[in-house]
Amino acid sequence: MLIEQYLQVNEICHQEKKALSRYFFEREVALGALDETAILDKMERNLEVMEKAAADGLKGVDSFSGLSGGDAKRLLEYRSMGSPLGDSHYLEAAMNAVAINEVNASMGIICATPTAGSSGVVPGVLLAFRDRLKLDRRKQLDFLITSGGVGILIGNQASLSGAQGGCQAEVGSASAMAAAALVEAAGGTPLQSGHALAIALKNLLGLTCDPVASLVEVPCIKRNAIGAVNAIIAAEMALAGVESRIPVDEVIQAMGSIGRMMPVALRETALGGLAQTPTACRIMEMLQSKGHIDLKSL
Amino acid sequence: MTIFRSLFDIIGPVMVGPSSSHTAGAVRIGLASRSIFGEQPDKVDITLYGSFGHTYKGHGTDLALIAGLLGLSTESVEIRSAYQLADKAGMKVRINTSGEITEHPNTARLFMHKDNRSMSVTGISTGGGMIDLIEIDGFDVHVSCDEPVVLIFHRDRPGLIARVTHILADEKVNVSQMEVSRKARGETALMLIATDGEIPERALRGFELIEDVGTIVFLSALKRESDTV
Repeated sequence: MLIEQYLQVNEICHQEKKALSRYFFEREVALGALDETAILDKMERNLEVMEKAAADGLKGVDSFSGLSGGDAKRLLEYRSMGSPLGDSHYLEAAMNAVAINEVNASMGIICATPTAGSSGVVPGVLLAFRDRLKLDRRKQLDFLITSGGVGILIGNQASLSGAQGGCQAEVGSASAMAAAALVEAAGGTPLQSGHALAIALKNLLGLTCDPVASLVEVPCIKRNAIGAVNAIIAAEMALAGVESRIPVDEVIQAMGSIGRMMPVALRETALGGLAQTPTACRIMEMLQSKGHIDLKSL
Repeated sequence: MTIFRSLFDIIGPVMVGPSSSHTAGAVRIGLASRSIFGEQPDKVDITLYGSFGHTYKGHGTDLALIAGLLGLSTESVEIRSAYQLADKAGMKVRINTSGEITEHPNTARLFMHKDNRSMSVTGISTGGGMIDLIEIDGFDVHVSCDEPVVLIFHRDRPGLIARVTHILADEKVNVSQMEVSRKARGETALMLIATDGEIPERALRGFELIEDVGTIVFLSALKRESDTV
């Protein structure tokens, strides 16, 4: 099978004067599994799951293991008191991303985007900007369609799995997906979306997957915040006319290549990095012996 | 290598967290085991290997497997209370971990019992909620549960496979994949047939009439998420 590349998609969009979301929507219709209405209905349902997860997370949830939780609520309270650094959509996106990933860790319902561990990034950005950019419901679904389409291109040219490519393949990919979609939502061109994708992904290249006690919590939840914020700054640069010196498909392939070179200890096995710090080892031991982590007795 | 085709391979599935491999995939292994067994077992011994064994408590892998055995879906919030639900349903569960090195790090073996019947199923969770059953009742198999499969337990003897495929040919059903495995020459064997489209009821009844055919199990495709909007 011919692997689709971003620059080919960009060329088609350019010639046919098409938005990325239109291209990826038509591509999905052509697969033949679902008709136009069914695709939009299914994406709508995914969006509703994302909205609910964000709202639940902001109320404050604890993880199933006991290791994490409540940080989205902290950010919300901090923000409503007035951050000394000024209110921003960056903070709002980070807060949403944390909220969704905390719901994931609490065994709540989420929509994997592209994975469960990185499920906060894309909706985190979308929910923070949909009012500011006056995105109607269909435009919000287009945001997810563009994100998903970009995810297909990244997944097939590199990887979307932490076990194969480290965190760069999960949060890195999610961030690149959100960056490309945000550029489109803000009125940028497919070429600018490509630069945003490349910039976002480059910024997170090399990110390892070394989760404490193998749980999808530390550092995953806060990584969702950085993935969301990184997507915004990449989109801003691209909209300003900043270009990635390395072409987008080469950046994607570099991510895949770095993933293959990454030691197994740093690819979701919890055998290295943060997962092998003295504190992480104590956490692991506590989880093994008690089945639950009591942060006070660490 | 996984090939991503649809937008919904990327945006989705909708699932109960925290992990598509350690939670959603585990629910599907439980669900598949339940349908192969044919009913809800009243006793289950679960052995977890590799990463499943090391991290099941934090990921709720045990809850997910039990939830699947009880027939819950990957997006049921009741997964959290699987032990209580199993209690209520009269299903006794024992969780064991094994240090034995398995080919795949996310391996679970479910040994199900009811009355005088027992059956084992071993499944691996390969990521994104995708699974592969690699053992059914002592037979080496490969079942992804993404397409419908018929399992025919039979005695190993010449001509039996031909009779089965003959019935399928008469019903104009095309076989997309077929696997045959046996314990020893002339002993029990297991035939797995995946087809394009559904197998008509008449064909299944036809299989039953073949001499030396034992249990027949029809395993429908397990969706990775429900299609309800």
